[in-house]
Amino acid sequence: MAGKPKLYYFNGRGRMESIRWLLAAAGIEFVEEFLETREQYEKLLQDGALLFQQVPMVEIDGMKMVQTRAILGYIAAKHNLYGKDLKERALIDMYVEGTRDLIDLIRVHHKFSPEEQEKNLALINERATARYFPVYEKVLKDHGTEFLVGNQLTWADVQLIEAILMVEEKVSTVLSKFPLLQDFKTRICNIPTIKKFLQPGSQRKPPPDESYVVTANRLD
Amino acid sequence: MSGKPKLTYFNGRGRMESVRWLLAAAGVEFEEVFLETREQYLKLIQDGDLLFDQVPLVDIDGMKMVQTRAILSYIAGKHNLYGKDLKERALYIDTYVEGTMDLMQMILTLPFSLPEAKEKNLPLIIEKAKNRYFPAYEKVLKQHCQGFLVGNQLSWADVHLLEAILMVEEKDPTVLSEFPLLQGFKTRISNMPTIKKFLQPGSQRKPQPDDKYVATVMKILKEAMYYSI
Repeated sequence: MAGKPKLYYFNGRGRMESIRWLLAAAGIEFVEEFLETREQYEKLLQDGALLFQQVPMVEIDGMKMVQTRAILGYIAAKHNLYGKDLKERALIDMYVEGTRDLIDLIRVHHKFSPEEQEKNLALINERATARYFPVYEKVLKDHGTEFLVGNQLTWADVQLIEAILMVEEKVSTVLSKFPLLQDFKTRICNIPTIKKFLQPGSQRKPPPDESYVVTANRLD
Repeated sequence: MSGKPKLTYFNGRGRMESVRWLLAAAGVEFEEVFLETREQYLKLIQDGDLLFDQVPLVDIDGMKMVQTRAILSYIAGKHNLYGKDLKERALYIDTYVEGTMDLMQMILTLPFSLPEAKEKNLPLIIEKAKNRYFPAYEKVLKQHCQGFLVGNQLSWADVHLLEAILMVEEKDPTVLSEFPLLQGFKTRISNMPTIKKFLQPGSQRKPQPDDKYVATVMKILKEAMYYSI
Protein backbone atom coordinates (compact mmCIF):
# COMPACT_ATOMS: atom_id res chain seq x y z
CA MET A 1 0.00 0.00 0.00
CA ALA A 2 1.44 3.32 -0.99
CA GLY A 3 1.67 5.84 1.86
CA LYS A 4 4.09 8.72 2.25
CA PRO A 5 7.62 8.11 1.01
CA LYS A 6 9.96 7.19 3.88
CA LEU A 7 13.54 8.41 3.80
CA TYR A 8 16.33 6.51 5.56
CA TYR A 9 19.49 8.55 6.18
CA PHE A 10 21.55 10.42 8.73
CA ASN A 11 19.95 13.46 10.31
CA GLY A 12 21.66 15.88 7.98
CA ARG A 13 21.94 16.98 4.35
CA GLY A 14 24.46 14.68 2.66
CA ARG A 15 23.19 12.90 -0.42
CA MET A 16 19.58 12.82 0.77
CA GLU A 17 19.06 16.59 0.72
CA SER A 18 18.43 16.77 -3.05
CA ILE A 19 15.69 14.18 -2.56
CA ARG A 20 14.08 16.22 0.23
CA TRP A 21 14.17 19.28 -2.03
CA LEU A 22 12.56 17.48 -4.98
CA LEU A 23 9.79 15.87 -2.93
CA ALA A 24 9.09 19.21 -1.24
CA ALA A 25 9.02 21.06 -4.56
CA ALA A 26 6.57 18.47 -5.90
CA GLY A 27 4.39 19.04 -2.82
CA ILE A 28 4.87 15.48 -1.57
CA GLU A 29 4.83 14.91 2.16
CA PHE A 30 7.39 12.45 3.43
CA VAL A 31 8.56 10.87 6.66
CA GLU A 32 12.11 10.26 7.79
CA GLU A 33 13.96 7.63 9.79
CA PHE A 34 17.31 8.92 11.00
CA LEU A 35 20.27 6.56 11.33
CA GLU A 36 21.86 7.25 14.67
CA THR A 37 23.47 3.96 15.64
CA ARG A 38 25.45 1.29 13.89
CA GLU A 39 22.83 -1.25 15.01
CA GLN A 40 20.13 0.47 12.96
CA TYR A 41 22.35 0.34 9.88
CA GLU A 42 23.25 -3.31 10.46
CA LYS A 43 19.56 -4.18 10.78
CA LEU A 44 18.82 -2.55 7.42
CA LEU A 45 21.65 -4.61 5.91
CA GLN A 46 20.41 -7.84 7.47
CA ASP A 47 16.87 -7.16 6.27
CA GLY A 48 18.24 -6.90 2.73
CA ALA A 49 16.90 -3.38 2.44
CA LEU A 50 20.07 -1.86 0.96
CA LEU A 51 20.93 -3.22 -2.49
CA PHE A 52 24.50 -1.96 -2.39
CA GLN A 53 24.79 -1.72 1.42
CA GLN A 54 24.41 2.05 1.19
CA VAL A 55 22.03 4.85 2.05
CA PRO A 56 20.17 6.97 0.89
CA MET A 57 17.30 4.54 0.79
CA VAL A 58 13.75 5.64 0.09
CA GLU A 59 10.68 3.47 0.53
CA ILE A 60 8.32 4.69 -2.15
CA ASP A 61 5.35 3.10 -3.92
CA GLY A 62 6.09 -0.28 -2.36
CA MET A 63 9.75 -0.24 -3.43
CA LYS A 64 12.96 0.18 -1.44
CA MET A 65 14.95 2.44 -3.76
CA VAL A 66 18.66 3.17 -3.45
CA GLN A 67 21.10 5.27 -5.50
CA THR A 68 20.36 8.97 -5.29
CA ARG A 69 20.12 9.62 -9.02
CA ALA A 70 17.75 6.72 -9.59
CA ILE A 71 15.51 7.97 -6.79
CA LEU A 72 15.56 11.55 -8.08
CA GLY A 73 14.82 10.39 -11.65
CA TYR A 74 11.81 8.40 -10.42
CA ILE A 75 10.39 11.27 -8.38
CA ALA A 76 10.95 13.73 -11.23
CA ALA A 77 9.24 11.51 -13.81
CA LYS A 78 6.36 10.63 -11.52
CA HIS A 79 5.61 14.24 -10.64
CA ASN A 80 5.93 15.82 -14.06
CA LEU A 81 9.28 17.46 -13.36
CA TYR A 82 11.26 15.69 -16.11
CA GLY A 83 10.25 17.57 -19.25
CA LYS A 84 7.84 16.58 -21.98
CA ASP A 85 10.02 14.53 -24.34
CA LEU A 86 13.37 12.84 -24.78
CA LYS A 87 15.16 16.05 -25.80
CA GLU A 88 13.90 18.08 -22.83
CA ARG A 89 14.87 15.18 -20.64
CA ALA A 90 18.38 15.23 -22.15
CA LEU A 91 18.74 18.93 -21.33
CA ILE A 92 17.48 18.37 -17.78
CA ASP A 93 19.94 15.49 -17.37
CA MET A 94 22.85 17.67 -18.53
CA TYR A 95 21.92 20.51 -16.23
CA VAL A 96 21.38 18.38 -13.14
CA GLU A 97 24.68 16.61 -13.70
CA GLY A 98 26.40 20.01 -13.72
CA THR A 99 24.72 21.19 -10.51
CA ARG A 100 25.36 17.78 -9.00
CA ASP A 101 29.12 18.20 -9.56
CA LEU A 102 28.98 21.62 -7.86
CA ILE A 103 26.89 20.36 -4.93
CA ASP A 104 29.32 17.44 -4.46
CA LEU A 105 32.20 19.89 -3.89
CA ILE A 106 30.24 21.41 -1.02
CA ARG A 107 28.79 18.14 0.27
CA VAL A 108 32.25 16.84 1.20
CA HIS A 109 33.62 20.15 2.46
CA HIS A 110 33.14 19.40 6.17
CA LYS A 111 35.24 16.22 5.87
CA PHE A 112 38.41 18.17 5.12
CA SER A 113 41.05 19.58 7.46
CA PRO A 114 41.05 23.38 7.95
CA GLU A 115 43.85 23.90 5.39
CA GLU A 116 42.12 21.67 2.84
CA GLN A 117 38.86 23.51 3.50
CA GLU A 118 40.50 26.79 2.58
CA LYS A 119 41.58 25.32 -0.76
CA ASN A 120 38.21 23.70 -1.33
CA LEU A 121 36.41 26.97 -0.66
CA ALA A 122 38.51 28.68 -3.33
CA LEU A 123 37.69 25.80 -5.71
CA ILE A 124 33.96 26.05 -4.95
CA ASN A 125 34.00 29.77 -5.64
CA GLU A 126 36.00 29.34 -8.83
CA ARG A 127 33.84 26.55 -10.18
CA ALA A 128 30.60 28.31 -9.31
CA THR A 129 31.56 31.66 -10.84
CA ALA A 130 33.70 30.48 -13.77
CA ARG A 131 32.16 27.17 -14.83
CA TYR A 132 28.62 26.56 -13.64
CA PHE A 133 26.77 29.82 -12.99
CA PRO A 134 27.81 31.41 -16.32
CA VAL A 135 26.24 28.41 -18.07
CA TYR A 136 22.92 28.71 -16.28
CA GLU A 137 22.90 32.50 -16.66
CA LYS A 138 23.29 31.98 -20.40
CA VAL A 139 20.62 29.28 -20.53
CA LEU A 140 18.15 31.64 -18.85
CA LYS A 141 19.15 34.43 -21.21
CA ASP A 142 18.88 32.32 -24.40
CA HIS A 143 15.81 30.45 -23.29
CA GLY A 144 13.94 33.61 -22.34
CA THR A 145 11.45 31.98 -20.03
CA GLU A 146 11.37 31.70 -16.27
CA PHE A 147 12.69 28.17 -16.20
CA LEU A 148 15.78 26.36 -17.43
CA VAL A 149 13.86 23.92 -19.65
CA GLY A 150 10.46 24.22 -21.25
CA ASN A 151 7.96 26.55 -19.66
CA GLN A 152 7.35 24.96 -16.30
CA LEU A 153 9.31 23.96 -13.22
CA THR A 154 11.53 20.92 -13.68
CA TRP A 155 14.06 18.94 -11.64
CA ALA A 156 16.76 21.12 -13.23
CA ASP A 157 15.34 24.28 -11.63
CA VAL A 158 14.96 22.67 -8.21
CA GLN A 159 18.50 21.34 -8.20
CA LEU A 160 19.87 24.69 -9.36
CA ILE A 161 18.16 26.60 -6.57
CA GLU A 162 19.48 24.06 -4.07
CA ALA A 163 23.01 24.58 -5.45
CA ILE A 164 22.74 28.38 -5.44
CA LEU A 165 21.65 28.49 -1.80
CA MET A 166 24.38 26.03 -0.79
CA VAL A 167 27.11 28.08 -2.46
CA GLU A 168 25.74 31.30 -1.00
CA GLU A 169 26.10 29.82 2.48
CA LYS A 170 29.83 29.62 1.75
CA VAL A 171 30.27 32.66 -0.51
CA SER A 172 27.45 35.11 0.09
CA THR A 173 28.25 37.37 -2.90
CA VAL A 174 28.57 34.57 -5.43
CA LEU A 175 25.59 35.74 -7.55
CA SER A 176 26.79 39.35 -7.78
CA LYS A 177 27.66 39.05 -11.48
CA PHE A 178 24.63 36.98 -12.45
CA PRO A 179 21.50 39.17 -12.59
CA LEU A 180 19.31 36.55 -14.27
CA LEU A 181 20.24 33.97 -11.64
CA GLN A 182 19.37 36.51 -8.95
CA ASP A 183 15.90 36.90 -10.49
CA PHE A 184 15.64 33.14 -10.89
CA LYS A 185 16.46 32.67 -7.22
CA THR A 186 13.80 35.14 -6.12
CA ARG A 187 11.16 33.65 -8.39
CA ILE A 188 11.81 30.00 -7.59
CA CYS A 189 12.04 30.68 -3.85
CA ASN A 190 8.56 32.20 -4.04
CA ILE A 191 6.91 29.16 -5.55
CA PRO A 192 4.53 28.06 -2.76
CA THR A 193 5.89 24.54 -2.19
CA ILE A 194 9.48 25.77 -2.22
CA LYS A 195 8.71 28.80 -0.06
CA LYS A 196 7.23 26.42 2.50
CA PHE A 197 10.35 24.22 2.41
CA LEU A 198 12.52 27.27 3.05
CA GLN A 199 10.68 28.23 6.20
CA PRO A 200 11.88 27.24 9.68
CA GLY A 201 10.34 24.00 10.88
CA SER A 202 10.44 22.34 7.46
CA GLN A 203 12.33 19.10 6.80
CA ARG A 204 15.17 20.98 5.18
CA LYS A 205 18.41 20.22 7.01
CA PRO A 206 21.04 22.71 8.19
CA PRO A 207 24.65 22.61 6.96
CA PRO A 208 26.74 19.87 8.59
CA ASP A 209 28.03 20.55 12.10
CA GLU A 210 30.35 18.62 14.46
CA SER A 211 27.79 16.12 15.69
CA TYR A 212 26.71 15.24 12.14
CA VAL A 213 30.30 14.48 11.16
CA VAL A 214 30.76 12.22 14.18
CA THR A 215 27.56 10.28 13.54
CA ALA A 216 28.21 9.78 9.85
CA ASN A 217 31.77 8.64 10.55
CA ARG A 218 30.63 6.19 13.18
CA LEU A 219 28.42 4.50 10.62
CA ASP A 220 31.02 4.41 7.84
CA MET B 1 21.38 17.23 -40.51
CA SER B 2 22.01 14.28 -38.29
CA GLY B 3 24.44 11.64 -39.41
CA LYS B 4 26.40 9.28 -37.21
CA PRO B 5 27.01 10.36 -33.63
CA LYS B 6 30.43 11.95 -33.24
CA LEU B 7 32.39 11.30 -30.05
CA THR B 8 35.08 13.76 -28.89
CA TYR B 9 37.43 12.43 -26.20
CA PHE B 10 40.97 11.27 -25.53
CA ASN B 11 42.10 8.16 -27.39
CA GLY B 12 41.37 5.81 -24.55
CA ARG B 13 38.62 4.44 -22.33
CA GLY B 14 37.98 6.96 -19.58
CA ARG B 15 34.40 8.12 -19.23
CA MET B 16 33.64 7.72 -22.92
CA GLU B 17 34.04 3.94 -22.97
CA SER B 18 30.55 3.29 -21.59
CA VAL B 19 29.15 5.43 -24.40
CA ARG B 20 31.07 3.41 -26.99
CA TRP B 21 29.75 0.18 -25.45
CA LEU B 22 26.14 1.36 -25.48
CA LEU B 23 26.20 2.67 -29.04
CA ALA B 24 27.88 -0.55 -30.19
CA ALA B 25 25.34 -2.71 -28.34
CA ALA B 26 22.54 -0.72 -29.96
CA GLY B 27 24.13 -1.36 -33.36
CA VAL B 28 24.73 2.37 -33.95
CA GLU B 29 27.81 3.30 -35.96
CA PHE B 30 29.75 6.29 -34.65
CA GLU B 31 32.74 8.47 -35.45
CA GLU B 32 35.45 9.65 -33.12
CA VAL B 33 37.61 12.74 -32.76
CA PHE B 34 40.58 12.23 -30.46
CA LEU B 35 41.95 15.01 -28.30
CA GLU B 36 45.70 14.95 -28.61
CA THR B 37 46.76 18.51 -27.80
CA ARG B 38 45.78 21.19 -25.34
CA GLU B 39 45.15 23.53 -28.28
CA GLN B 40 42.36 21.27 -29.59
CA TYR B 41 40.75 21.27 -26.16
CA LEU B 42 41.00 25.05 -25.77
CA LYS B 43 39.49 25.50 -29.21
CA LEU B 44 36.49 23.38 -28.24
CA ILE B 45 36.00 25.63 -25.23
CA GLN B 46 36.38 28.81 -27.27
CA ASP B 47 33.88 27.54 -29.83
CA GLY B 48 31.40 27.05 -27.00
CA ASP B 49 31.10 23.32 -27.66
CA LEU B 50 31.67 22.18 -24.08
CA LEU B 51 28.84 23.22 -21.80
CA PHE B 52 30.90 22.78 -18.62
CA ASP B 53 34.36 22.87 -20.27
CA GLN B 54 34.54 19.10 -20.02
CA VAL B 55 34.58 16.03 -22.23
CA PRO B 56 33.02 13.56 -23.04
CA LEU B 57 31.24 15.44 -25.80
CA VAL B 58 28.84 13.64 -28.13
CA ASP B 59 27.35 15.34 -31.18
CA ILE B 60 24.06 13.52 -31.63
CA ASP B 61 20.76 14.45 -33.25
CA GLY B 62 21.72 18.10 -33.52
CA MET B 63 22.72 18.37 -29.85
CA LYS B 64 26.19 18.80 -28.42
CA MET B 65 25.69 16.58 -25.38
CA VAL B 66 28.00 16.54 -22.39
CA GLN B 67 27.82 14.73 -19.03
CA THR B 68 28.24 10.99 -19.41
CA ARG B 69 25.04 9.97 -17.65
CA ALA B 70 22.93 12.37 -19.70
CA ILE B 71 24.46 10.99 -22.91
CA LEU B 72 23.95 7.37 -21.88
CA SER B 73 20.33 7.99 -20.81
CA TYR B 74 19.57 9.62 -24.12
CA ILE B 75 21.04 6.77 -26.15
CA ALA B 76 19.29 4.17 -23.99
CA GLY B 77 15.96 5.98 -24.31
CA LYS B 78 16.32 6.39 -28.04
CA HIS B 79 17.32 2.80 -28.79
CA ASN B 80 14.87 0.90 -26.65
CA LEU B 81 17.41 -0.04 -23.98
CA TYR B 82 15.68 1.76 -21.11
CA GLY B 83 12.91 -0.62 -20.13
CA LYS B 84 9.21 -0.43 -20.88
CA ASP B 85 7.96 1.86 -18.11
CA LEU B 86 8.98 4.17 -15.29
CA LYS B 87 9.41 1.35 -12.82
CA GLU B 88 11.77 -0.64 -15.05
CA ARG B 89 13.62 2.54 -15.86
CA ALA B 90 14.12 4.01 -12.40
CA LEU B 91 13.73 1.17 -9.92
CA TYR B 92 15.81 -1.24 -11.92
CA ILE B 93 17.90 0.16 -14.75
CA ASP B 94 18.91 3.51 -13.20
CA THR B 95 19.65 1.83 -9.88
CA TYR B 96 21.73 -0.95 -11.43
CA VAL B 97 23.78 1.36 -13.68
CA GLU B 98 24.54 3.63 -10.74
CA GLY B 99 26.06 0.62 -8.97
CA THR B 100 28.16 -0.46 -11.96
CA MET B 101 29.13 3.17 -12.53
CA ASP B 102 30.42 3.46 -8.95
CA LEU B 103 32.47 0.31 -9.47
CA MET B 104 33.88 1.36 -12.85
CA GLN B 105 34.60 4.86 -11.58
CA MET B 106 37.02 3.34 -9.06
CA ILE B 107 38.92 1.59 -11.83
CA LEU B 108 38.77 4.57 -14.15
CA THR B 109 40.46 6.88 -11.66
CA LEU B 110 43.08 4.36 -10.59
CA PRO B 111 45.75 5.30 -13.20
CA PHE B 112 45.50 8.91 -12.08
CA SER B 113 46.09 8.25 -8.39
CA LEU B 114 49.33 8.65 -6.52
CA PRO B 115 51.44 5.45 -6.63
CA GLU B 116 50.89 4.63 -2.92
CA ALA B 117 47.16 5.06 -3.37
CA LYS B 118 47.16 2.78 -6.43
CA GLU B 119 48.70 -0.08 -4.47
CA LYS B 120 46.19 0.27 -1.67
CA ASN B 121 43.16 0.85 -3.85
CA LEU B 122 43.30 -2.03 -6.27
CA PRO B 123 42.64 -4.69 -3.59
CA LEU B 124 39.83 -2.48 -2.22
CA ILE B 125 38.22 -2.36 -5.66
CA ILE B 126 38.36 -6.14 -6.02
CA GLU B 127 36.94 -6.51 -2.52
CA LYS B 128 34.03 -4.17 -3.33
CA ALA B 129 33.37 -6.05 -6.57
CA LYS B 130 33.25 -9.40 -4.76
CA ASN B 131 31.42 -8.31 -1.61
CA ARG B 132 29.15 -5.50 -2.63
CA TYR B 133 28.41 -5.29 -6.35
CA PHE B 134 28.64 -8.76 -7.86
CA PRO B 135 26.58 -10.38 -5.08
CA ALA B 136 23.84 -7.84 -5.73
CA TYR B 137 23.70 -8.60 -9.47
CA GLU B 138 24.02 -12.36 -8.91
CA LYS B 139 20.95 -12.11 -6.67
CA VAL B 140 19.04 -10.05 -9.24
CA LEU B 141 19.73 -12.66 -11.94
CA LYS B 142 18.68 -15.42 -9.56
CA GLN B 143 15.38 -13.73 -8.64
CA HIS B 144 14.60 -12.42 -12.08
CA CYS B 145 15.27 -15.65 -14.02
CA GLN B 146 15.02 -14.09 -17.46
CA GLY B 147 18.67 -13.99 -18.46
CA PHE B 148 18.62 -10.21 -18.39
CA LEU B 149 18.76 -7.90 -15.39
CA VAL B 150 15.48 -6.18 -16.24
CA GLY B 151 12.46 -7.28 -18.24
CA ASN B 152 13.00 -9.84 -20.94
CA GLN B 153 15.28 -8.05 -23.30
CA LEU B 154 18.70 -6.40 -23.33
CA SER B 155 18.85 -3.05 -21.55
CA TRP B 156 21.47 -0.45 -20.68
CA ALA B 157 21.88 -2.21 -17.33
CA ASP B 158 23.06 -5.44 -18.99
CA VAL B 159 25.52 -3.68 -21.29
CA HIS B 160 26.93 -1.67 -18.40
CA LEU B 161 27.29 -4.73 -16.18
CA LEU B 162 29.13 -6.69 -18.87
CA GLU B 163 31.50 -3.75 -19.34
CA ALA B 164 32.12 -3.68 -15.56
CA ILE B 165 32.67 -7.44 -15.34
CA LEU B 166 35.28 -7.40 -18.11
CA MET B 167 37.03 -4.41 -16.56
CA VAL B 168 37.32 -6.07 -13.16
CA GLU B 169 38.42 -9.37 -14.74
CA GLU B 170 41.30 -7.53 -16.39
CA LYS B 171 42.52 -6.78 -12.86
CA ASP B 172 41.61 -10.17 -11.35
CA PRO B 173 40.68 -12.98 -13.75
CA THR B 174 39.18 -15.10 -10.92
CA VAL B 175 36.75 -12.47 -9.70
CA LEU B 176 33.63 -14.29 -11.00
CA SER B 177 34.58 -17.65 -9.48
CA GLU B 178 31.83 -17.52 -6.83
CA PHE B 179 29.15 -16.14 -9.18
CA PRO B 180 27.87 -18.85 -11.53
CA LEU B 181 24.93 -16.80 -12.80
CA LEU B 182 27.18 -13.87 -13.65
CA GLN B 183 29.47 -16.27 -15.52
CA GLY B 184 26.49 -17.44 -17.56
CA PHE B 185 25.38 -13.84 -18.05
CA LYS B 186 28.84 -12.84 -19.27
CA THR B 187 28.89 -15.61 -21.87
CA ARG B 188 25.36 -14.96 -23.09
CA ILE B 189 25.61 -11.19 -23.38
CA SER B 190 29.08 -11.38 -24.97
CA ASN B 191 27.61 -13.59 -27.68
CA MET B 192 24.88 -11.17 -28.71
CA PRO B 193 25.82 -10.19 -32.28
CA THR B 194 26.39 -6.45 -31.81
CA ILE B 195 28.34 -6.99 -28.62
CA LYS B 196 30.33 -9.89 -30.05
CA LYS B 197 31.36 -7.59 -32.87
CA PHE B 198 32.46 -4.88 -30.44
CA LEU B 199 34.58 -7.40 -28.56
CA GLN B 200 36.53 -8.38 -31.65
CA PRO B 201 39.92 -6.87 -32.55
CA GLY B 202 39.62 -3.87 -34.84
CA SER B 203 36.48 -2.51 -33.17
CA GLN B 204 36.30 0.93 -31.55
CA ARG B 205 36.67 -0.56 -28.10
CA LYS B 206 39.70 0.93 -26.40
CA PRO B 207 42.52 -0.88 -24.56
CA GLN B 208 43.38 -0.40 -20.90
CA PRO B 209 45.00 2.94 -20.10
CA ASP B 210 48.80 3.06 -20.19
CA ASP B 211 51.30 5.67 -19.01
CA LYS B 212 51.16 7.45 -22.34
CA TYR B 213 47.39 7.84 -22.07
CA VAL B 214 47.64 9.21 -18.53
CA ALA B 215 50.35 11.67 -19.59
CA THR B 216 48.28 12.87 -22.57
CA VAL B 217 45.18 13.48 -20.46
CA MET B 218 47.10 15.38 -17.81
CA LYS B 219 48.90 17.46 -20.40
CA ILE B 220 45.67 18.41 -22.11
CA LEU B 221 43.65 19.16 -18.98
CA LYS B 222 46.59 20.54 -17.02
CA GLU B 223 44.88 19.45 -13.84
CA ALA B 224 46.60 17.50 -11.13
CA MET B 225 44.12 14.69 -10.63
CA TYR B 226 44.89 12.74 -7.56
CA TYR B 227 41.81 10.78 -6.69
CA SER B 228 41.36 8.86 -3.54
CA ILE B 229 38.58 6.33 -3.22
